[in-house]
Amino acid sequence: MNLAAFRALVRKDLVLYFSNRRALVMSILAPIVIAAFFGAVFGSGSEKPSRIPIALADRDASALSRAIVASIAAEPAFEVKNVDTEAAFALARQGKVRAAVVLPPGFAEQTRKALLAGGAKAVVEVRYDPSQATALALVRGLLAQHVMKALGDTIGGPGAAAFGLPFTTDDVASTAADRPYNGYAHAFAGMGVQFILFMGIEVGVGVLLARRMGLWKRLRAAPLSRTLLLGSHIASGAITAVVLLAIIYAAAIAIFHVRIDGSAVGFVAIAIAFALLTSSFGLLIAAIGKTPEATRGLAIFATLVMVMLGGAWVPSFVFPQWLQTASLAVPTRWAVDGLDAMTWRGLGIDAAVGPVVVLLAFAALFTAIAIWRFDWEEPRG
Amino acid sequence: MLAAERLCKSYGGRAVVADLSLAVAGGEIVGLLGPNGAGKSTTVAMLCGLIAADSGSVFVGDGADRRQLSVDAHDAKRRIGVVPQELSIYENLGAAANLMLFGALYGLAGALLRERVAAALALVGLADRAADKPQQFSGGMKRRLNIAAALVHDPDILILDEPTVGVDPQSRNAIFDNLESLRDRGKALLYTTHYMEEAERLCDRVVIMDHGQVVVSDTLAGLYRRLPAVETIELEVDGVVDVAALAREPGIERPLQDGSQLRAGVADLGRAAPALLTWLAARGHAVHRISSGRAGLEDVFLSLTGRQLRD
Repeated sequence: MNLAAFRALVRKDLVLYFSNRRALVMSILAPIVIAAFFGAVFGSGSEKPSRIPIALADRDASALSRAIVASIAAEPAFEVKNVDTEAAFALARQGKVRAAVVLPPGFAEQTRKALLAGGAKAVVEVRYDPSQATALALVRGLLAQHVMKALGDTIGGPGAAAFGLPFTTDDVASTAADRPYNGYAHAFAGMGVQFILFMGIEVGVGVLLARRMGLWKRLRAAPLSRTLLLGSHIASGAITAVVLLAIIYAAAIAIFHVRIDGSAVGFVAIAIAFALLTSSFGLLIAAIGKTPEATRGLAIFATLVMVMLGGAWVPSFVFPQWLQTASLAVPTRWAVDGLDAMTWRGLGIDAAVGPVVVLLAFAALFTAIAIWRFDWEEPRG
Repeated sequence: MLAAERLCKSYGGRAVVADLSLAVAGGEIVGLLGPNGAGKSTTVAMLCGLIAADSGSVFVGDGADRRQLSVDAHDAKRRIGVVPQELSIYENLGAAANLMLFGALYGLAGALLRERVAAALALVGLADRAADKPQQFSGGMKRRLNIAAALVHDPDILILDEPTVGVDPQSRNAIFDNLESLRDRGKALLYTTHYMEEAERLCDRVVIMDHGQVVVSDTLAGLYRRLPAVETIELEVDGVVDVAALAREPGIERPLQDGSQLRAGVADLGRAAPALLTWLAARGHAVHRISSGRAGLEDVFLSLTGRQLRD
């Protein structure tokens, strides 16, 4: 292999990429800014969780219902608005509260009878915002807890305490080194993966542009093997990806206090494997793409689907079970999970092996397809 | 120095190049001419090793140094410099950096590479712009750098595919001077173009292609000797001239009308011009302009194929 030529081609790609300052700044700033936004939105262990706004209408106005209202008002998970029924329903409909809870007239009497004499249960109407349906279960659970507590307080007498929960929980965030969960860590993994794949697209589109401009023809006229030509693109793309990931994580560490609490070696291995995946993805784009313009659009769409399924925007554990399983076939899932494992989860190098192997396997697959599909013939004329 | 022997190339059952042979010797500029679609680009691509011929061979070098392109591709390619029709330079790399890259691709390094880069820049008159990026250059300067990129490894053979497209006359002359100096240094140059005046100015021999085949290969003098008429006469006339009848007139060869332009070859301008004017006047065609000149390659192509070279 002509190593001087290989080095010259790699150096050329790096000089061209890193001398384009405007594009470089965007490649670095965009993931940092968006990761900062996602990190702030999805929260961090160092901050109080956001409270769930609910509206509460007490139509019973009994001692029990007043005790329930007071108990719920003191609940740190809720931000309670005490209003009448119509206003409560209106707030839910407008999306200003997650749920509107109405304690009906006769609630206290009916509840006592249901509890002590087996009578019909009172019906508490709960109207919830369907776009925030996950809050419903929390509202119902906490409502049950506070009703039982108020019943215990108001009924009184021996054994009354049994109406409350017979246990308490000790909630500890399962993160590394007893550090509170840093939501920025996952956001930076996701956005780093996304924007570095975007850089990979530019590698592929760059090859297509070189073909259009005749540069590829001149390169192919030189005494260079196909392996050297394609290999130089893989090498320069991978080096660029590693440098970008390093800069993005340097910002994450310096500004947002993200920490590599797991294996540093594992983190580097995942970064390199993902960088190789990125450049082979770029080569695949160059092999199957026709025009730079159409290819860029399709590749961006494919990348967005990959990063979405890979859990780059929202963690994959919020996906339905079938999608969690299906997303294992997407390399970005392994990249994001791997980076998460090495950062906030604080796992050891053994947790990096799986992602590294899978990412390298995808890189090999993409490279093989690219070599197979690459059109070496020049335009006919 | 460069020889193609019986090259054939088909796409989808259609023969683009058929049984084509040509040779370029050291110290010679050979023009490869033909209309669009004649198979020039495919021929050049096969000569450069960019596409494989279906059959036939390309040889580079002479005697013991002769190499077959399909067998010793890397050795053969090292001796060839390619100037594509497109500007195949990196706009965001400096002129010298471009040449350093292309030199490295041919295995040059260190002091020798720097020396060759300086020499190539000097040859094309860009030595004082070595650090500047081509994006700051004029079209002519870019074309010259495009040629320098093919020269930096000092090849024995230079293949130029329409290297002066879009170049102003001053830069074109500068490029011609560069190419002539390379010929004088013993290089073999194959120059494809569809500008007849370029081939007439520059080429020692001309190979004319049509429909993937060589129509003729000869020196310029040899080509002109094939013409039935060495002079041409051009007139701007009214109406549609009966060129078939005109062709039967003595001393008039291959008349052709394109709109108001009437063109014909004439063996003896002094006799043919008055006779032609009289013939046109007798048929009611007013003549608004008349000019004459020597027959050129356009006329050679017309004479050999019965068709005009299409742009």
